[in-house]
Amino acid sequence: MSLDAIVQVALEDFTLDVELHVDDGELLAVLGPNGAGKTTLLHALSGLRPVDGGRIAIDATVVDDPATARFVPPEQRSVGVVFQDYLLFAHLSALDNVAFGLRARGAGRSAARARAHALLTEVGMHDKASSRPRELSGGQAQRVALARALAIEPALLLLDEPLAALDVQVRVETRHQLRDVLARFPGARILVTHDPIDALTLADRILIMEHGRVVQVGRAEDVLERPRSEYVAELAGVNLYRGRADGCHIAVGRDVVTVADDHHGDVLAVIPPHAVVLHTAPPESSARNVWPGTIAGMERYAGRVRVRLTGTLPIVAEVTVAAATDLGLVEGMQLWAAVKATEIEVHAA
Amino acid sequence: MFHASRRTLASIAVCCTLVAAACGSSSKSSSSSSSTASAATAGAKLTGSLNVFAAASLTAAFTDYKKTLEAQNPGLSITNDFAGSQALVTQIENGAPADVFASADMKNMQKLVDKGLVGTPQIFAKNKLEIAVAPGNPKHITSLADLEQSGIVFVLEDPSVPAGNYARQAFQKAGLPAPKPASNELDVKSAIAKIESGDADATIVYVTDVTAAGSKVEGVAIPENQNVIATYPIAVVKATKNPAAAQGYVDGLVNGPGRQALEARGFLPPS
Amino acid sequence: MATRTAPAARRTRPTTDRVPGVVIAGATCAVLFFAIPLLGLVWRAPWSAAWDVLSTPEARTALRLSIQTSLSATAIALVLGVPLAWVQARVAYPGRRVVRALVLLPMVLPPVVGGVALLLALGRHGLVGQYLDHVGVHLPFHFGGAVLAETFVAMPFLVLTVEAAFRSTDRRFEDAARTLGASRLSVFRRVTLPMIRPSLVAGALLCWARALGEFGATITFAGNAPGKTQTLPLFVYVTLEGANSDAAIILSLVLVAVSLAVLVALRDRWLTAL
Repeated sequence: MSLDAIVQVALEDFTLDVELHVDDGELLAVLGPNGAGKTTLLHALSGLRPVDGGRIAIDATVVDDPATARFVPPEQRSVGVVFQDYLLFAHLSALDNVAFGLRARGAGRSAARARAHALLTEVGMHDKASSRPRELSGGQAQRVALARALAIEPALLLLDEPLAALDVQVRVETRHQLRDVLARFPGARILVTHDPIDALTLADRILIMEHGRVVQVGRAEDVLERPRSEYVAELAGVNLYRGRADGCHIAVGRDVVTVADDHHGDVLAVIPPHAVVLHTAPPESSARNVWPGTIAGMERYAGRVRVRLTGTLPIVAEVTVAAATDLGLVEGMQLWAAVKATEIEVHAA
Repeated sequence: MFHASRRTLASIAVCCTLVAAACGSSSKSSSSSSSTASAATAGAKLTGSLNVFAAASLTAAFTDYKKTLEAQNPGLSITNDFAGSQALVTQIENGAPADVFASADMKNMQKLVDKGLVGTPQIFAKNKLEIAVAPGNPKHITSLADLEQSGIVFVLEDPSVPAGNYARQAFQKAGLPAPKPASNELDVKSAIAKIESGDADATIVYVTDVTAAGSKVEGVAIPENQNVIATYPIAVVKATKNPAAAQGYVDGLVNGPGRQALEARGFLPPS
Repeated sequence: MATRTAPAARRTRPTTDRVPGVVIAGATCAVLFFAIPLLGLVWRAPWSAAWDVLSTPEARTALRLSIQTSLSATAIALVLGVPLAWVQARVAYPGRRVVRALVLLPMVLPPVVGGVALLLALGRHGLVGQYLDHVGVHLPFHFGGAVLAETFVAMPFLVLTVEAAFRSTDRRFEDAARTLGASRLSVFRRVTLPMIRPSLVAGALLCWARALGEFGATITFAGNAPGKTQTLPLFVYVTLEGANSDAAIILSLVLVAVSLAVLVALRDRWLTAL
């Protein structure tokens, strides 16, 4: 186990209580809404914030254990951090930024600079070695920050929203490069992000945090296909309902969702938007589930239109642009949404 | 951003030039009023306000004189300004509103005489030098020569101050080499203060200063053949706005209650 | 980019851009207030005698001494003041506000009062001075005393400037440095100090300028000893009192020139700090 951690930190509104394990070579993406405690988690792992309870061990070395009063300060841990705003030292060149960690740990100037050069080349920034951080674009700064963190050859690499500050276009490119560089990194990596694409393309496993607790953890595809909270559902872009199942009927609020198989107890019902059919008049069909609703908003992207309906059972439907035009969909319009029972996935809650 | 128009900047420049020129012309004006000829007749009261600029060593005596004179002349209001004679000369040269000036030596008074700023000076008192030491004379200083011993810290007044000038003359008269004091204080009061605080072991001031300092210092006499007699001249400032009172003040100092005040404080008579 | 046609006539500047007359008047008076004394010096200066005045050994000694004492005072202020500024900015301890008032005190006290206080504390019979005297450390009438007097009045400027800078640094950079392996001292030396460099320079320059011009505390505590404590301001004073106003003016202009040069350099530093 490269990282073995139980992190308990008392925060203002809630207590952070997270357990995680990350192997060498594994990349864990941590997602969660704002205020979930993700940054605190990273601070605890890097040593910038001691935990109140729990235990952190990096590469089998215990670095934080309140029970035995053991605490290793950040400068002595083998943790590299790429911060959200990169935090490159403005008074140093890109090269000296990358060399900073090596020099701080005792390397001579020329040796440190040589290694820094190699790392900058690895991230594709060797021609900007003598530039100051203020002369770099967002994507370039991100790469220098990554090189700087990798320079100290940490056992654990933490990345805090490394792509958040970039434009969409740059983000796509940088994500590719990040993936390549990270692939060569042998240690454990944790990536905090709010972008599910990051999680899907970069991570081996994802961990969902809400209010300081772990809500879901597992392979990226599994988590997103089977969301267990509204947050993840929205992340994945699906409709998620909690209800009580009695046979093939699930009571969700005052509505009933009819599904194909029998279930009992508390369940989560997932309806993919593409399975929702919209009717301008109450349909007569084989669909077991028909609910009325009013269009609250429409978003168009990639040849599709996502239609949000409000009603007793709010639902998001996905239709083609042509269909939307034909039906004359506009905000405020009254519609009926129909979903086949066989299209609904049910998971035990 | 604001931008000032060219016209505004030009008018500012004109303002500056005018003000500078005005300043230039005003400082060249010299006093126009002439010194008074007649002294106040005996019995006639002095009135008005009077600014007396006097050397620091005259502080005690002139304060006494002020009380007496004001009591005798209820309509008179005296303001005393005590400082090193050289500082007062500079102020008067630059137009300070003094009516009377009493200096601790002729050298400083002469500067004002040469510039035509004062009337004919009169000698009103004399003083002589004394070595001032801490009470009990812990360092056993008995003569000028003792001051230069190693382990003795002594201060003098700056050569630009009359007392400092006189002190150095005393060393000369004693056949000693030019003194190297630890500090050149700016007036006798500061020199005495250094004895009181214990930072200096000895200094040379006037006998009147030693008297004025009371129990805080002790005096060691300087033999007559080494001592220097300081002559104190007083003169009416030509630009005075109260010539009658100014002359009356001078007369009282030379021959009246002022004389008594001086002698009470240890000054020697002018003759 | 599409080409534009030139406007037919020049537009008049909108009225909101003009400075109100009252403001111009006030500002002009302020400028005159500062400029006229300086102009007075320049106008009356006997330029032909300047070289003679400046080449006398006393003048040179006084200038040399002034530079030595002011630089020494600034060095001491840096060594003592920067740690103090750091503590004041970063450590919450009981009595912090009292210490802040203490640091500001020399700025508020008349310099002569400061000199008297130093004398009572560090003079030969002073509170602490009596012990110093026994071990052979003499401050009054010595170079050290002049340096101390200048440090006393000038250090608050440095402490205030640097404290404000430490307060406003982004701590996250220090966090980043720690994760890279820098010890606390290393972080201070290699990240924090460089980050506050403009303020540090500005504070040091202000401190130096204040030390250079100090008179009251120096004369009261260190005395007026040519070659040891007679700094240029003291020398100007006694020269003036010796009725050699010509020489005094020339020497004053030397001080003015030095101070102006420092303060003009300072302005650029302030801009960089922002």
